[in-house]
Amino acid sequence: MKEILELLEVNAKLTEQEIAIMLGMDVEEVKQKIKEMERDKVILSYLTLINWEKVGEEKVSAFIEVRTTPQRDVGFDSVAERIYRFPEVRSVRLMSGTYDLAVFIEGRTMREVSHFVATKLATIDGVVSTATHFVLKTYKQDGVVIEDDEEDRRLVISP
Amino acid sequence: MINPTVRSLPPSGIRKFFDMVTEIKGVISLGVGEPDFVTPWHIREGCIYSLEKGYTMYTSNQGLLELREAISRELDTTYGVTYDARRELLVTVGVSEGLDLAMRALTCPGDEVLIPEPSYVSYAPCTMMAGGVPVHIPTSVEDNFRLTADRVEAAITPRTKILLLCYPNNPTGAVMPKKELLAISEVVRKHNLIVISDEIYDKLTYTGEHTCVPSLPGMRERTILLNGFSKAYAMTGWRVGYAAGNADFIAAMTKIHQYTMLCAPITAQMAAAEALKNGRSGMQQMVQQYNRRRHLVMQAFSEMGLHCFEPGGAFYAFPEISATGLTSEEFAERLLMEEKVALVPGNAFGPSGEGFVRCSYAASVDDLAEAFRRMARFVKHCGVKVKTVVNL
Repeated sequence: MKEILELLEVNAKLTEQEIAIMLGMDVEEVKQKIKEMERDKVILSYLTLINWEKVGEEKVSAFIEVRTTPQRDVGFDSVAERIYRFPEVRSVRLMSGTYDLAVFIEGRTMREVSHFVATKLATIDGVVSTATHFVLKTYKQDGVVIEDDEEDRRLVISP
Repeated sequence: MINPTVRSLPPSGIRKFFDMVTEIKGVISLGVGEPDFVTPWHIREGCIYSLEKGYTMYTSNQGLLELREAISRELDTTYGVTYDARRELLVTVGVSEGLDLAMRALTCPGDEVLIPEPSYVSYAPCTMMAGGVPVHIPTSVEDNFRLTADRVEAAITPRTKILLLCYPNNPTGAVMPKKELLAISEVVRKHNLIVISDEIYDKLTYTGEHTCVPSLPGMRERTILLNGFSKAYAMTGWRVGYAAGNADFIAAMTKIHQYTMLCAPITAQMAAAEALKNGRSGMQQMVQQYNRRRHLVMQAFSEMGLHCFEPGGAFYAFPEISATGLTSEEFAERLLMEEKVALVPGNAFGPSGEGFVRCSYAASVDDLAEAFRRMARFVKHCGVKVKTVVNL
């Protein structure tokens, strides 16, 4: 099961048949296991990592440090939930250290993102303060180097 | 002007094919005898750091003691064979140099060297340059390209001195189970032979466990073990390997090494030390990936109707192509011209490789899939019954 996940994590396009061959398993068994893991939310989604810049799409993203007041019984969860419900929010993580929530936001323009932070995020009950850092360039994301110039430099035939 | 021994060496069968492949664009090559991974970053970084610290000098002839000690520990923990880092280990410029040193240190003019075939391309030429006489022992697909004790025994003459072993094998991917190696080691001891064991692919063993030849009873004293970092740690271009053996062997080899090579490059030795120190998990991940691709390759050949015995090690498959009615060279040339897929004809590794091609699966899954689509089309063209079109 772990092996199926390892394969899918780096290449979600693999078919059940390919996975079965690579792991020496039965195709039906692989199908079954994947179905179970989707049902149990072990597999949450099959996403595609896209370099939008290459197709001329302007996107602005920002990382926001959010300080909050934890609430009785639920701690940080209810604030986090109020934040992650917005579709502009790409990720929310509870952090150790000097702030509480690390929030990644994506929008079309800087103004749009700032507006979202000022009017939606900062005004949520329990949010004490925010610090917004705009992303200037992404070099590597989810383990993938964005502009990878490493190519196969091997001789075409060698003993 | 040229030394007649050198003149008589056959040119490498791979060379001709190499020239042909380089002239064609858009080729997917499964003819490469090295990992498709780049050396893991921590190893490269370790080397860069050593350069920053100014490690640019000679090392002792035998190599950095720190590296030899690490090799000694590695062999002890993995195979339970112990070598004294000071007297029984020599760091070489790859297994290639180790092989040359071993041959030159041991061979007297006319000594016969047994070489199982198909074999790596340098074994026979190195034997000849050392004054020895290569005696090939053909292995066959019926035996899964394993060497048998009978065949060794049958090839022995009063002039036989050395048996060369290379398992997991290049080009066939064959591995030797311990039981068969034990039987061979009995023959070796009975006839007082020396074994040169090239175990460069030891970490790339997928079926069962690799048996290190000197770990067999009575074999440590009569074996020169050759290994290195090229395949397991994706470090081919660094050219660093080692020889392990009894102190007499290693002293003799070190003598030649000090006059011809002086020492292996210090940068490569530094990188190798880093590989042994922190490289285990990265190496295991690469091995796991090869193994998955190995399954893909086996399936692809079976679907296109080519028989291929299951390779237990290295990163090569050695499918039988005689069903196409073509010779190895015709198959490789036409596949290259018609479908732009490069493989190495089996006869480049000796006459017993005729009827086979060597297919490396040190390539990305995408490249493998595309190469097999093309190959399936080609094989079908040749009139071989294809079960289903491969859809990887």
